[in-house]
Amino acid sequence: MKAIPMILAVLGLVAQPGFAQPAPEGNAERGAEVAAQCTACHQADGSGKHIEDGESWPRLAGMNAAYLAKQLHDFQEGTRQNAAMAPFANMLDDQQIADVAAYYSQMEATTGQGGADADKATLERGQKLAERGDWSEYIVGCASCHGPGNRGAGDVAPGIAGQHAGYIEAQLQAWKAGSRNNDPQDLMGSIARRMSDDDIHAVAVWLANQNAATE
Amino acid sequence: MIRRFFCIALIGAILFSSGLLSADEKTEKYINTLTELGYPAPEENQLVHIPPTMEDLEEADVHPELKRVIRRGYDLFTNTQQLRGENVFNNMDCSSCHTGAGRMPFSAPIWPAAVTLPDFRGKNGHVNSLEERIAGCFTYSMNGKPPEYGSDKMVALTAYHSWLATGVEMYPDKPIYGRGFPAPDRPEELSYSRGEQGYNEKCAVCHSEDGSGLQVGNQTVFPAPWGDGSNNWGAGIVRLFTAAGFIKNNMPLGQPNSLSDQQAWDIAYYISSQERPQDPRYTGDVEETREKYGPTFHKHSRYGQIREVDGKRLGDHENTGEKDFLKPDTVRSRTFE
Repeated sequence: MKAIPMILAVLGLVAQPGFAQPAPEGNAERGAEVAAQCTACHQADGSGKHIEDGESWPRLAGMNAAYLAKQLHDFQEGTRQNAAMAPFANMLDDQQIADVAAYYSQMEATTGQGGADADKATLERGQKLAERGDWSEYIVGCASCHGPGNRGAGDVAPGIAGQHAGYIEAQLQAWKAGSRNNDPQDLMGSIARRMSDDDIHAVAVWLANQNAATE
Repeated sequence: MIRRFFCIALIGAILFSSGLLSADEKTEKYINTLTELGYPAPEENQLVHIPPTMEDLEEADVHPELKRVIRRGYDLFTNTQQLRGENVFNNMDCSSCHTGAGRMPFSAPIWPAAVTLPDFRGKNGHVNSLEERIAGCFTYSMNGKPPEYGSDKMVALTAYHSWLATGVEMYPDKPIYGRGFPAPDRPEELSYSRGEQGYNEKCAVCHSEDGSGLQVGNQTVFPAPWGDGSNNWGAGIVRLFTAAGFIKNNMPLGQPNSLSDQQAWDIAYYISSQERPQDPRYTGDVEETREKYGPTFHKHSRYGQIREVDGKRLGDHENTGEKDFLKPDTVRSRTFE
């Protein structure tokens, strides 16, 4: 009876290289070295930067590791496109991707930027979309997938509370236009396409002003 | 005298038609949005009601204390997990199945219950009030123990239901547009393996391959379609046509009517062929229970049937999930004598 787990373990070891590459375990310490090439845009504390009317760089600190790793793989494979990001992603091997993802996921989340001067009506609209959605347009509330407080749920739906307004807005616009489509089953795209430009702006500025951390 | 009457009639007609016009436009926009999403347009004799939103509540001319209680009802409805261990013993929120916080047509909108009950219900064979209907959801869909009749929680929930029905007459004559989870036509053959494949392709990214869904902290993000975290064997959604109707009209979230009728039914068949906590009406014997509740219920479910892939008889167990009792005492017959 004791032999069976042993046999399974041996079989597992033998079989492993034949399997479609299992994701390597990330090592945050090694990831810190990899991250040296990310800091110019994403900053040493992983906070990224909101650039009003420019290209904002997302906060990575405190993001889900599997989500970050998938994005890096998608940049490499071209299923997610960004001219600035692609060359950096292409420098990394699978192990480095796992390591740098682990590194950023373990950093303390920073605060979102942008939308500090948004008016009350815009913020209220944004809050409604983020928390409850607008079902009269079949816009499902963000929290339905992104979880309580929009702080992320599982490996697929990243935390968006406390993300920079400029980044959220650009991504939703990209989904709406079809230039970003690396979400599973078009789950984000089908909702983004129902959102007006005003809605996208409203939800982006509201989310940017929310806390990324649980407390 | 005649002239005066004419004037009043004219003013009345103008007021009435302008009121109607804007209501008509609102309804037309509402229907257009739904038909663009693949839902059928209402038939001529159907009652179309657009339930008010929580923003409408803030503007409404009702007592502030009523507003507070309706908000409480909304809060319980959309985060029912706050009653975990007390009234709810699985991962479900009311809004897990009743999407859009209970307002959406084709997703069992909840306002019809407020205007059609009390009424006779085949499931338990007697006249049910709105409270008893809600208690039914707690008993089966939440695998739980309903809040007491007349309790703060129950009144808050019924107030939210009634508020959503604002403006609808009691016991309406017309059939209600989008009521329940209207099922697509049942295909000739249902397939467990096609259902499994469809589930893994279309549902598992959120609900996971093992059907456990996803909890974050103490809240439900993606409800569990089977297992201990799911509804028990007595919940309406274990009936294949209800599950197929829910799936076709509402899933994947944000993509209603995107699955074919065959896919919706196959996935319903696959999900309904998985284990879940025992039916609270269990007599101690699965075949006896299936026979007893077959005509009114289980003839539409997989309960008590042999699952083709492993020969297992579904529902043949004593597992009540997270709760330590089988049947809450609200499950009882009434005689009104």
